[in-house]
Amino acid sequence: MKKDMICISCPLGCPLSVEMDESGKVLSVSGNSCKRGEQYAIDECTNPVRMLTTTIRVHGGALPMIPVKTSAPIPKGKMMECMQVINRMALDAPIRMGEVIICNICDTGVDIIATNEL
Amino acid sequence: MLKYDLVVIGGGPAGLAAALKAKELGVDKILILERSTTLGGILRQCIHTGFGLHHFGEELSGPEYAYRFIKDVEKTDIEIKVDTMVTDILTGNTVIATNNVDGLMEIQATAIILAMGCRERPRGALEIPGSRASGIMTAGTAQKYVNIEGYMPGKKIVILGSGDIGLIMARRMTLEGAKVEMVCELMPYSGGLTRNIVQCLDDLNIPLKLSCTVIQTHGIERLEGVTIANVDENRKPIPGTEQYIECDTLMLSVGLIPENELTRNAGIMIDPITGGAIVDENRQTSRPGIFACGNVLQVHDLVDYVTQESYTAGEGAAKYIQTKAKNRRPKYIPVCPEGGARYVVPQNISSDADSDVKLYFRVRDVYKNGRITVTNGDTVLYSKKKPKLTPGEMEYVTVKVEDIKKLDKKLPIIVKVEG
Ligand SMILES: Cc1cc2nc3c(=O)[nH]c(=O)nc-3n(C[C@H](O)[C@H](O)[C@H](O)COP(=O)(O)OP(=O)(O)OC[C@H]3O[C@@H](n4cnc5c(N)ncnc54)[C@H](O)[C@@H]3O)c2cc1C
Ligand code: SF4
Repeated sequence: MKKDMICISCPLGCPLSVEMDESGKVLSVSGNSCKRGEQYAIDECTNPVRMLTTTIRVHGGALPMIPVKTSAPIPKGKMMECMQVINRMALDAPIRMGEVIICNICDTGVDIIATNEL
Repeated sequence: MLKYDLVVIGGGPAGLAAALKAKELGVDKILILERSTTLGGILRQCIHTGFGLHHFGEELSGPEYAYRFIKDVEKTDIEIKVDTMVTDILTGNTVIATNNVDGLMEIQATAIILAMGCRERPRGALEIPGSRASGIMTAGTAQKYVNIEGYMPGKKIVILGSGDIGLIMARRMTLEGAKVEMVCELMPYSGGLTRNIVQCLDDLNIPLKLSCTVIQTHGIERLEGVTIANVDENRKPIPGTEQYIECDTLMLSVGLIPENELTRNAGIMIDPITGGAIVDENRQTSRPGIFACGNVLQVHDLVDYVTQESYTAGEGAAKYIQTKAKNRRPKYIPVCPEGGARYVVPQNISSDADSDVKLYFRVRDVYKNGRITVTNGDTVLYSKKKPKLTPGEMEYVTVKVEDIKKLDKKLPIIVKVEG
């Protein structure tokens, strides 16, 4: 079985071709320019994941919002659930770059971290 | 009058990288002028990840990418003036700037680097008939509202134009609970990166309507809806295909324009296609000692390339300051686009260039297996096929220094793309 997809791990967007057996096991990946492309193809066929980036309200800072991201990609289907948890939060300044804001969000094993200082 | 070796106009990623490179190469007195309250430029509002993979080998968000350069600048003795607007560049490389603290300043610079970035094409440039209802804005403005100021500009959204900022905003608004009805694109292909179509539209089931445009807006105080229609190959609406879409917000993502009022007023030659200055391989403009880099020179899709280009400009400025290259007019070989190549930057190469030169260009159309060739007279400097070339993605080819030495200096270098 063959599946074509675009690698979204970086803006180059290499066109990937994935060879799978009947059980969905990935046999080979081609078209990738780097190692990350191979990992992306395997993930996309078994458990598609995405980075989540958003903002959280902050009191007492120079600006009202701090940008945050997941420390690693999370399962695609969990995005909205994570957004609901994040949108219930409000923080107080100061916040450091890279500070962990939420630990293990929605049991994904992934943290929400600040991507700026405020 | 203030005196500096190098004045950098704009404190976005381009200005920061150019200043850092010049400092690293030993330029003494450097000043960065930024009109906003903080450094970082447009990256401050680009909270999504995807920056820095080429430059840092990791995937950073916009603010994280900018942060690294800001911290590096803070470690040096580069001087910074924020909340400072540059209003003019006079002859003799004198920069006129104003702020609340210093008032009107006259700054004498040996070299100047232009790094003012770009702005979005506004609604006026589109001429969509309809009322002046609120709820019509550029995608970048919406991005600023949501990511920096923290409020949602609307609930039911139509996006016109499939540029990257529009695609990124389609996802951002959906994550925040808005309904993005569709993205309409006038052209038969998207202007954004493929990865953004996949992760911003396909992932969230947002339809992308190609060869389609907004022909009318409705609503008096607040936008109530838009009429869309399919367009023919001449981009004219096809009668009978009109469709009314209810929405309270129309976001425009229809292209970026380099911010070159200063450049024009300074009498610097502008390339009508890129909208940026005409430069040589050091990113020097037609005015000796004035360099340009980043989005003010050509609209980039990847900030990593902005950084590269800015290092080149910083290096060029350092060389100019240190070797008094001002006493020497370089002999230029013009670089011209042909066929499917829409433009090439740099537009000139010095005949005595002493390192490899990368030629950046964009294509007019989508090419499957398009061939890129670079020639000088009968000499072929480069020839290669690429599986896919699209106008949304900048390409480059490298011309080797040993080839530049052998060029026929009376003939231009031609960059050609064929289907
Ligand atoms: C809304 C928007 C979203 C974008 N999103 C992405 C993205 O997701 N990914 C990506 O790779 N690229 C994105 N880009 C492109 C992005 O602009 C570049 O990657 C990068 O930020 C360009 O850097 P720059 O330094 O050339 O310009 P900018 O970041 O725009 O910085 C220019 C700076 O110059 C200052 N300035 C301008 N005029 C003056 C003056 N007269 N006096 C003093 N200061 C002045 C401005 O205030 C600004 O801080 C986006 C662009 C826009 C407009
Ligand atoms: S394969 Fe590597 S280079 Fe190609 S898009 Fe994926 S991450 Fe980028």
